[in-house]
Amino acid sequence: MKKLLMATATAALGVGATAASAEDVTLGIILGFTGPIESLTPHMAGGAELAIGEVSESGKLLDGMTVTQERADSTCIDAGAASAAAERLITSVGIKGIMGADCSGVTGAVLANVAVPNGMVMISPSATSPALSDAADEGLFFRTAPSDARQGEVLANVLVDRGIGSVAVTYTNNDYGKGLADSFSAAFKAAGGEVTTTAAHEDGKADYSAEVGALAAAGGDALVVAGYVDQGGPGVIRAALDAGAFDMFVLPDGMIGSALEDTFGAEIDGSVGTVPGTESEGADRMLEMATAAGIDGTSPYVGESYDAAALILLAMQAAGSVEPGDYKGKIMEVANAPGERIFPGELAKGLEILAGGGDIDYVGATDVELIGGGESAGSYREIVIEGGKLTTAGYR
Amino acid sequence: MMDLLHAFVALSNFVLVPAIAYGSQLALGALGVTLIYGILRFSNFAHGDTMAFGTMVTVLATWGLQAMGVSLGPLPTALLALPVGILGCMALVLVTDRAVYRFYRAQKAKPVILVIVSIGVMFIMNGLVRFIIGPGDQRFADGERFIVSAPGFKEMTGLDEGLAIRTTQGITVITAVIVVAVLFWFLNRTRSGKSMRAYSDNEDLALLSGINPDRVVMITWLIVAVLATVAGVLYGLDKSFKPFTYFQLLLPVFASAIVGGLGNPLGAIAGGFIIAFSEVTITYAWKKVLGHALPESLAPDGLVQLLSTDYKFAVSFVILLIVLLFRPTGLFRGKAV
Repeated sequence: MKKLLMATATAALGVGATAASAEDVTLGIILGFTGPIESLTPHMAGGAELAIGEVSESGKLLDGMTVTQERADSTCIDAGAASAAAERLITSVGIKGIMGADCSGVTGAVLANVAVPNGMVMISPSATSPALSDAADEGLFFRTAPSDARQGEVLANVLVDRGIGSVAVTYTNNDYGKGLADSFSAAFKAAGGEVTTTAAHEDGKADYSAEVGALAAAGGDALVVAGYVDQGGPGVIRAALDAGAFDMFVLPDGMIGSALEDTFGAEIDGSVGTVPGTESEGADRMLEMATAAGIDGTSPYVGESYDAAALILLAMQAAGSVEPGDYKGKIMEVANAPGERIFPGELAKGLEILAGGGDIDYVGATDVELIGGGESAGSYREIVIEGGKLTTAGYR
Repeated sequence: MMDLLHAFVALSNFVLVPAIAYGSQLALGALGVTLIYGILRFSNFAHGDTMAFGTMVTVLATWGLQAMGVSLGPLPTALLALPVGILGCMALVLVTDRAVYRFYRAQKAKPVILVIVSIGVMFIMNGLVRFIIGPGDQRFADGERFIVSAPGFKEMTGLDEGLAIRTTQGITVITAVIVVAVLFWFLNRTRSGKSMRAYSDNEDLALLSGINPDRVVMITWLIVAVLATVAGVLYGLDKSFKPFTYFQLLLPVFASAIVGGLGNPLGAIAGGFIIAFSEVTITYAWKKVLGHALPESLAPDGLVQLLSTDYKFAVSFVILLIVLLFRPTGLFRGKAV
């Protein structure tokens, strides 16, 4: 028995050793392939694999290393399952970097339980909770999605510019809703606005007349609905419209979706919202590349996923090493100025410049600019609903 | 005087009208639960999903009618499709009874076993509905949306407060009254109704006096199918149809039935309204109403909200606990739980 154990252990070590010494490197893609955002994650993974394939085919990463990927399921909600999946990727697959995770809760769990103890670099394309900004990450965690603290500010500015002085706020009762409602309220009050009341709503209920009654009693020029477009959000709007309590709504990213047009049409004309997005050249190129590869490039966070994978690989090149401990310090360097601007589809060019000792400023699909502890500064598309359609009023 | 009128309109708009409509829907649901408890002697946890199934069939039939261009003008087409839904639901409950419950009845299984069995049935129906129509939101309401709309009311009366009454709210209340009247007539006046009540009061005596138990059980299930489908369709028309919300509806429906007294139809109706009104009034912010009703100097600054709306569900359960502590058989003397 003892011999068997020894043999197994040696074999396992041997496998690990070969994986490390071979001329290839594997990235882990940890996204919720099952669970609440399972309809988005295939496209996100596709975006990341686009970047990985591009680098691998160029043959320019550290003297012609090939790059492969290994997918794992974060489930979006089950921290235990996500941690186990990440653990497996690190210990038995031997990945050198994590593109993920997706939802804020599991991302925090994977970071604290797996990434930090193992010294693994993690770049999340879609975790937006403000709480992650202050997570103890030892310089290992980055995100190509902006924190909701930033969205709160942008949304407050939109309202101030439109001359809206007082609002009631309702949010979906989870990390996302609460974080966004708090950051928005703080920013709006700082800008001189008045928040008449803040009330949570639970998702998955059909009746929101009690909530709307309370919000209407508090009053305000508009109602901020920090919820989800396929959950309780439309129910709240419907109840408010029916009771004649509010006719203008303020809609953060979770509420922006084509379902909104289908459900309300012109009934909520004049309502405003924000959603992450840029008008940079990179976004258009990304869309083209994604479409050519058969991925839905308009699906949320596809560009962010491409950028997250690209950043890891570019940083490896800059550090001249695939070890997370070596390249973690290079991520901010390749993401930000100074240097040659690199767009999607130009990863080979970026690798060449870095190999020659030059500097790059990775712009990517989403105008990447990492600030603070390594999160996207975030640019947002300002949405106005006109004639029952979501229209773009500008970028912030 | 004007101020009091404003206060009343605001109160009606945000409390009275929604609570009456919601109460009617709960009452119809609770009637189904209470009938099964009274006659088949177990708490049917599958009731929420029975409602979802009946509604689903109605939704599909409504879509069919809409595709053929049939409509009822200002009324929702779903009313026309309702009989199809009821028939579908009847088929479902009869098949379920034959395949599942009859086996346990023959064994004279204890009520607690039947409750667990009904939870199993609940999950199967749950899956069935999701399998057929999907887990998402389905909209099937059409026709005129409002009897009185908020801006229309302001224009008509010249008041500052709006009052909205949706068509579906009107239909809900009217249908509930009709269904309840027919049900009571059936239970009290017809031969079958009387045999059902006899069976409920004392099973052995009823059997001795020649009542056919299979017939009573079948009629009960048929009535329950009607009640469940009507309640489900009204709820879906008023809000929207989503399988998960029907599953959640089970809690307030049971609370209504128990508060009123399980097994007592009158209690189920009262319970429905008590739960609906307590959910809405206790969490309502009275600022607007009091601001109109009180003289300016006394008008409140705060929201005057007893409990945040987060506690909406807790309210119905606190009422449930209090009732069970002091009157274990419910307000209308049902059977002990």
